[in-house]
Amino acid sequence: MSHHIVEVRDLAYRYPDGTSALRGISFRITHGESVAVVGSNGAGKSTLLLHLTGALKPASGEIRIGDFPVTAKTLPMIRRTVGMVFQDPDDQLFMPTVTDDVAFGPLNLGLPEEEVRSRVREALAIVGAGHLKDRPPYRLSQGEKRAVSIATVLAMSPDILVMDEPTANMDPTARRQVIELLKTFEHTKIIATHDLDLAMDLCRRTLIIHEGRMVADGATLEIMQDEALLKQNRLEKPLRMQGCPVCGFGRPKN
Amino acid sequence: MARPDVKNFDIGAMDALARRDAPAQRLDPRAKLFTTLAFILTVVSFDPYALSALIPFLIYPAVMVGLGDLPVGYLGQKILWASPFALMLGIFNPFLDHTVVGHLGALEITGGWVSFLSILVRFALTVGAALVLIATTGFNTVCSSLAAFGAPRIFVAQLLFLHRYLFVLVQEASRMARARWMRSCTNRGPGISTAASLLGHLILRALDRAQRIHTAMRCRGFAGQIQVAHRMRIRPADVAFMAGWTVFFLFFRMVNGSMMLGNLVKGLIS
Repeated sequence: MSHHIVEVRDLAYRYPDGTSALRGISFRITHGESVAVVGSNGAGKSTLLLHLTGALKPASGEIRIGDFPVTAKTLPMIRRTVGMVFQDPDDQLFMPTVTDDVAFGPLNLGLPEEEVRSRVREALAIVGAGHLKDRPPYRLSQGEKRAVSIATVLAMSPDILVMDEPTANMDPTARRQVIELLKTFEHTKIIATHDLDLAMDLCRRTLIIHEGRMVADGATLEIMQDEALLKQNRLEKPLRMQGCPVCGFGRPKN
Repeated sequence: MARPDVKNFDIGAMDALARRDAPAQRLDPRAKLFTTLAFILTVVSFDPYALSALIPFLIYPAVMVGLGDLPVGYLGQKILWASPFALMLGIFNPFLDHTVVGHLGALEITGGWVSFLSILVRFALTVGAALVLIATTGFNTVCSSLAAFGAPRIFVAQLLFLHRYLFVLVQEASRMARARWMRSCTNRGPGISTAASLLGHLILRALDRAQRIHTAMRCRGFAGQIQVAHRMRIRPADVAFMAGWTVFFLFFRMVNGSMMLGNLVKGLIS
């Protein structure tokens, strides 16, 4: 299905204060691919993701989701196809109860009430948050909030999942749970992250962005072994590739 | 400086009350909204010197507090917080209006004092009724009932955003207040210059966050209308609730209940 294809051509964006955030980014992601977007703070990762949902309008260049360019006219369709999970779950959850929040998207799609109910039930069951359905979102733990914010997006049955730092601020177990959950999804996934171990777990392909430019696009395993490239872009090898801190095996000699 | 306590800012408490399972919460939100509007309109329609005639109107909020299992102290506190507005409105009446309307022993009661008290009572009744409505219904549901009654969509969306961004503002403010508190070694309050910069930052941060929330909402298909999934169904009990209270309000609007009771007691004694 061409639905799940994301194509970005020569994308450039400048913030209203004049800061240039993206300077000519191009890539093509095909159906079912899982891609990590990595880079230092302020590299332009979040800005790029916001363009994929049509939340920001490019200064120049083009974005195509499936067969459609992202324009004001196609936005409703784009938002149905692309589900975005924001970095801070508190930005995403705003209704008085978890159920209301998960129902927010499907109701906006104009689905009948029965369908909305069943989607809410299913989405919460997938992320293992069924028991939270009547709780107010602002009283949940960070891990629970993240699970619910993923459910809010799943309830809209998107074809493409876009996530900004899905494991930020989470304890190791909650982080692991999110990773295992994401592994079960067959959507096309685009994940912006600093957690390179997560990128290794979930994504076969990695894009490195630096100062608004794409500096690498390739297999995750290869990129993660290229220490010089990582260092140039203010990144480090994933922890599990860094060798043993006790015996020193596999560690670089200083 | 007092520790910035987040508990003081627990504005989600009203929504928590609305989720309780009590008779008042189970009523149809539209029935409650209609009854509350009828109540408020009746209370404000009294003449400025009405005081005793307002007393029977205490029954409605009292009954709703009982039916909704609501904490009286908490609601009372909320009314007190808002009371400075009513005090400001009425405070000059006693100084301007010296007409003597009655005597309490040797004490002369002037029209100014009566109208001042009347403003306070009316304020407490109407604000109390509105709080009871929100505490038994939840703010979002009140808004969707407003929409069901034909209130302009844009107005309803504004109200919902106001409610949502209030949370944002309070959260940002309490975070900043805590950060300031952690680094202020003296017990003195913030100097004017710190306070100004705190406020300036607060508005910028809240605006930023509000923008992110709006983007997140748009990503989930928000197009200017917040839909709520609660199914609203008017049952006979809701109709009885609306009709019963409306008749009650109209009756005590036309008849001074306190005076009637007084006369009745007087008649019984003599």
